[in-house]
Amino acid sequence: MIRVQREDFDVGAEVAALSTDNHAVGGVAVFIGLVRDMAGEEAIGAMTLDHYPGMTERMLERIEAEAKDRWPLEAALIIHRFGRLEPGERIVLVATASAHRQAAFEACEFLVDWLKTKAPFWKLEEKSSGAEWVTAKASDDKAAARWGGQDSPAQDSASQDSAKDSDAAE
Amino acid sequence: MKLLYFAWLKTKTGIAEEDVTPPPEVATVAELLAWLQTRGPSYAEALADLSALRVAVNQEYAMPSDPVGPGDEVALFPPVTGG
Repeated sequence: MIRVQREDFDVGAEVAALSTDNHAVGGVAVFIGLVRDMAGEEAIGAMTLDHYPGMTERMLERIEAEAKDRWPLEAALIIHRFGRLEPGERIVLVATASAHRQAAFEACEFLVDWLKTKAPFWKLEEKSSGAEWVTAKASDDKAAARWGGQDSPAQDSASQDSAKDSDAAE
Repeated sequence: MKLLYFAWLKTKTGIAEEDVTPPPEVATVAELLAWLQTRGPSYAEALADLSALRVAVNQEYAMPSDPVGPGDEVALFPPVTGG
């Protein structure tokens, strides 16, 4: 299941719901992405997430379907927020449920890697020097590429090699 | 044709969304971008570095050689930075 929303989410309730009615689940892996208070050396007041309504949901659904093809998952959940978020606030929740831990861990990591390079979200950071759009990171492309099977011309051809690993979120 | 701009493409052009009617010889993503560059200084600046640009046609990532037509929704944006 995927959800794109402005409001926060209840991690405990969301994660519990994945196995409430399914006792084939033996393990749930969870990733929570948060807004940090620093981007590199600079303090961050807040960030605003822009997104492409429609395409965002479509890409997240496709990524989730790909994970379910690759791993024996009982359930998967992606919740991604948009709008203005302050340091400490949750941005994204990715949870995967499976009979055994390995599939859950791997699928969770895969989902985070792929959504970071394929789902149309953009972060605008508020710094003392002004608002600045975050630049895509070559390290994220590398992380996504290690899973292979890039099925669409997404980010990969980018000239992003000089981008630094310094935005204020995971 | 409906055009959508996101992130700094939106900031630089000052436009989030517009309906355009490119000349009939504009048949691909690359030709559309080349035509957009001629539409004024803010377009020329926003589209100066095409390697920093990603394009989606009808909400699917597209290559420069992919076709575009009058009924399409075409989105222009920088590499994504969510998660």
